[in-house]
Amino acid sequence: MSHHDHPSHVHHHFENEVQQFDSDKMGMWLFLVTEIMIFAGLFCAYIIYRTHNPEIFHYGHQFLDKQLGALNTLILLTSSLTMAWGVRAAQLSQKKTLLTMLALTMLCAFGFLIIKYFEYSAKIHHGTLYGDRYVWQTDEHGGEHGASGDEAHSMAEAVADAQAVSEDAMAAEAAGGTSTMNASMAVPSSQFALAPEGPSGFDLNAPEEQKEAAAHSFPQPAKAHLFFSIYFIMTGLHGIHVVIGIICIFTIFVFSARGAYNSTYYTPVDLVGLYWHLVDLIWIYLFPLLYLVD
Amino acid sequence: MSSTGQTVKSILTSPVHPEVNYLNATKGFASWFFTLDHKRIGIMYMCSILTAFFLGGVFAMLIRTELFTPGQLMFTSDQYNRVFTLHGAIMVFLVLIPGIPAALGNFVLPLMLGAKDVAFPRLNLLSYHLYVIGLVMALLVLGLGGIDTGWTFYTPYSIQTQTPVVLITSAAFILGFSSIFTGLNFIVTIHKMRPPSMTWFKMPLLLWALYSTALIQIVATPVLGITLLLLIVERVMHIGIFNPALGGDPVLFQHFFWFYSHPAVYIMILPAMGVISELVSTFSRKHIFGYRFIAYSSIAIAIFSFIVWGHHMFTSGQSNLMNMVFSALTFSVSIPSAVKMFNWLTTMYKGSINLATPMIYTLSFMFIFAIAGLTGLPLATLATDIHLHDTYFVVAHFHYTMMGSTLFAFVAGIHYWWPKMTGRMYNQKVARFAAWLVSIGFNVTFFSQFPLGSLGMPRRYHLYEAMPDWQIYHQISTIGAYMQMIGFLLAAYALISSLSKGKLAPRNPWGGATLEWETSTPPITFNFEDTPDAGDPYDVESWQWSDEEGGYVKVRPSVVDEDHAE
Repeated sequence: MSHHDHPSHVHHHFENEVQQFDSDKMGMWLFLVTEIMIFAGLFCAYIIYRTHNPEIFHYGHQFLDKQLGALNTLILLTSSLTMAWGVRAAQLSQKKTLLTMLALTMLCAFGFLIIKYFEYSAKIHHGTLYGDRYVWQTDEHGGEHGASGDEAHSMAEAVADAQAVSEDAMAAEAAGGTSTMNASMAVPSSQFALAPEGPSGFDLNAPEEQKEAAAHSFPQPAKAHLFFSIYFIMTGLHGIHVVIGIICIFTIFVFSARGAYNSTYYTPVDLVGLYWHLVDLIWIYLFPLLYLVD
Repeated sequence: MSSTGQTVKSILTSPVHPEVNYLNATKGFASWFFTLDHKRIGIMYMCSILTAFFLGGVFAMLIRTELFTPGQLMFTSDQYNRVFTLHGAIMVFLVLIPGIPAALGNFVLPLMLGAKDVAFPRLNLLSYHLYVIGLVMALLVLGLGGIDTGWTFYTPYSIQTQTPVVLITSAAFILGFSSIFTGLNFIVTIHKMRPPSMTWFKMPLLLWALYSTALIQIVATPVLGITLLLLIVERVMHIGIFNPALGGDPVLFQHFFWFYSHPAVYIMILPAMGVISELVSTFSRKHIFGYRFIAYSSIAIAIFSFIVWGHHMFTSGQSNLMNMVFSALTFSVSIPSAVKMFNWLTTMYKGSINLATPMIYTLSFMFIFAIAGLTGLPLATLATDIHLHDTYFVVAHFHYTMMGSTLFAFVAGIHYWWPKMTGRMYNQKVARFAAWLVSIGFNVTFFSQFPLGSLGMPRRYHLYEAMPDWQIYHQISTIGAYMQMIGFLLAAYALISSLSKGKLAPRNPWGGATLEWETSTPPITFNFEDTPDAGDPYDVESWQWSDEEGGYVKVRPSVVDEDHAE
């Protein structure tokens, strides 16, 4: 038991700090493997539902805001850069840079969550929620359009539809959402036809009615709510990881403010960095899979 | 145990019974419950797991007693559903999965490696605390009246039932993380904490087994985590992914569940095989045969374990192609398993077999595991599985693997390392009698269920009045269960009474050549006075019996024998 020559941060059961650092780092990588496997389950569910019901993904993804999604991707990529920069600063004992970079990373993480909050509240507002809370009123006329092969779906009609629909939706909400959803599920997926020029997605600058109308440009497939179930569970679990990331980064922020890290000991910064990159990486997959379906 | 006449001199200089050891170094509840010492954590795990085993055993006895008569004896159908669900869930999640790795593995892994502790002692403690939380939650479920889904929590029933599914699945989720952390710790420890002399192929085979197990724990358990999380979210928020009423796919749940739970069977059996590899060499007084084959077969089993899960769904509407592929892959698992079996048998060949208590369990293991493996074949065969699926044949098969193999190896390991853990020898006569009683009782209980299953008795039924012919098999089975119960209670008595009445244990009572026998009995807190020098872990001849010591003493450094290296 040669304890005497141990620096204070090396635990007694390690021979030296190299062994400790290597162990810590390997432990973190293994933990990231478990994280990947957790998300792998969800990606697997995504693949299965998308293979069996491609129409619900084509339909559902229009309700997601591509531009906000892209902005969030950019924010997370930036945060990965600042995190990596922070790790480098810790390795070089640059305390000030480290603190700045950690603060910027947290700022980005909060920015991501705020944008996510706006996206979620829009969904709550529209009733495009998961499972049986999905109360978005389908456009019954739209169903007929699809079935009759009426491809010329003018914007004027769509707006008219949307107005009719919003009235229906209010009535449906009064009557209880579930029955609406079940009724909509009765539309067989074979009746589903793509819009002539492909769904246009949302134009952020377009007036609200026009956006809703765009979403109505082709009929709602059965099981459309499952897209939102998958959307909410995947982005929700990812969001929880972002929150955990903020807590971790804040913790090392406090410690680095006390001068805990320098070129001889920066393991926690390195490990939190690894974790944060994984959180970023998962979003890089989530964004195209959910927002950029076409 | 041949005495040569001349006195046998030990080359080990450290004291056998130091005044301060890991048991008496510090005192008080907190010094145990918040300890970072892997040995204490291992002991606490063992106590908790055996408590859970007792609980699961009580439910097993209730099941067997109910089935003694074809009609209703004690339980309504509803109550019976809860009893077998709790039996299964407790035994799987609280006993078999953590059993060998967390209790025995925690105690011996760093010792066998020659390390001071596992790589992450705090994570190790957290893993134990998570286990305790899981155990408490399971008890809470019990207090709330239990659950009735079966331990597999199949949807859509698990979405509809009024019993506390969320609580029990949260418990399983937490226990999953406990298991992941143990596995993570073991992998890093084996990679990074080996002393310089301990090379990969000087590692005892139990460590290879624990390493393979840890790989499965790391990769498969998170999938169970997300599956249970989805089930919880399904129940709380009705997302519909597994719920056919909302357009979801209940078979997807089965795929997810078995993607973990089939590998979990190997989380149970691989460490058991590791324990047997140690014991069979020690008690045959012979070098293990085919070291590398046993080591590699553990890795092979870990890999195969991931590609056979579909055999649980042959009758769930899987496509014929998938069924055939999974059937073929399932057969392939028998190859590495048989490799181990043949190597153990060959190790015993011309050995000098010592029928001490652990060896009796080891021999039972080999007998039982052979039957377990062979009865797996008709279940992997598509045509016969259609008939046998969900019958007592399956029940008997998986009890032969999970109980007769895993649990027997666990009990064998407890008897093997007990002197090292506690510093006391237990009464061999009582323990040996208990071992025979348990082994015979086990076969009486479960062998009768093979014919019962092929006659068509479905699992999870408790009324069989229409088929009076089946009663005799059930009665034999129940009698066997009572034999086992008496055997286990007797074994517990032998072990517990040794704590106060047992003789002081020598450094090495059985003559094993792995490093844990070189330290004191019980070990000191930091395991070794000096980092030990790793030789061949199966050079059992480097230890010789000494009447003076009442145990084996090390007479020369263990060397890597040219015959056995390559």
